[in-house]
Amino acid sequence: MINLINYFSQWAIPLIILLILIAAFIKKVKVYEVFTDGAVEGIAVGVKILPYLLAMLMAIAIFRASGALDIVLNQLAKPLSILGIPKEVIPLALIRPLSGTGSLGIVTDLINQYGPDSFIGRLASTMQGSTETTFYVAAVYFGAIGIKNSRHAILAGLLADLAGFLAAVFICRLVFG
Amino acid sequence: MLNKIWFTMIIIGIIIAAINGRMEEVSIAILESAEDSVMIVVKLIGPMALWLGIMKVAEEARLTDVLAKLFKPLAKILFPEVPKNHPALASIMMNLSANFLGLGNSATPLGIKAMQQLQELNSGKSSASDAMCTFLVINTSSVTLLPTTILALRIGAGSAQPTEIIGTTVFATFCSTVVGIVANKILIKISGLRGV
Repeated sequence: MINLINYFSQWAIPLIILLILIAAFIKKVKVYEVFTDGAVEGIAVGVKILPYLLAMLMAIAIFRASGALDIVLNQLAKPLSILGIPKEVIPLALIRPLSGTGSLGIVTDLINQYGPDSFIGRLASTMQGSTETTFYVAAVYFGAIGIKNSRHAILAGLLADLAGFLAAVFICRLVFG
Repeated sequence: MLNKIWFTMIIIGIIIAAINGRMEEVSIAILESAEDSVMIVVKLIGPMALWLGIMKVAEEARLTDVLAKLFKPLAKILFPEVPKNHPALASIMMNLSANFLGLGNSATPLGIKAMQQLQELNSGKSSASDAMCTFLVINTSSVTLLPTTILALRIGAGSAQPTEIIGTTVFATFCSTVVGIVANKILIKISGLRGV
């Protein structure tokens, strides 16, 4: 099953490009011209995203480097451990929505310290894989189209993250317990 | 909401840095974050251009109509206000497929394309539409069958069974996505009642 998914994901991109180009060619679309026409927008999108991404990364960088994040971690350690999240992975749970590279660093540390096949290693892997970097995704997706008011999307995203972590703890205890 | 979060994080960060005597670290981190943001954007521009080009070809060939039609049953539930067979639905479907397969580098450009098309329906406002919020939450909660980065990390760390976490990951990501979608729908209802 896993091999099949793996195989599929290796084939996916070349196959999709092939199918789209063949279909377009049959319909007499000028494939080369249209492709370059569309691709030219790529840089404009990147330029548009930059300020939003910068704003987000800067705030997170200040919050982490100042030690403010550690204070929040200490405050939240107790309530989160009551919810059943082991204390080793609590920093991961809190940094996961903020920083993709930051959380990947923590997972790497945990895996090196406890081993990839330990309970903590498996749980950290599951947590890292099961949600995305909420603030990054929001900055990039909404930044690209100039959305300034994200309404309740961030809150819903964070609730989803929390649910993902609790689900990860639950399923890992059940499967690897 | 972001206005407040952003402001609070910076102010609290700098005050605590002053108390902790970590101003130098903060100063370095600020400039590093500026460099990092450019690096991320530079890395994104290539795949972005690639997929915008491919999607344009798909649109011209009217393939996006076919995709939008395939996506219709699920789209009706998740994005009720998006007109059926709208090209945004095709991009959303492509983005979700790329996410499923763990192709993050392709999922992001396709997601941005979808957001652009949703923004056309939103008549260019600076406030996110309901559909945008739903789509964002689906992406922030991650929908994947193949967590590629973490698999690579586990293989690198010499795991005896690097793939054993796929089942647990799919379960956790499914829970987080469902909770995200439901929370989003409830929050939309509440803000609708308040007339926001």
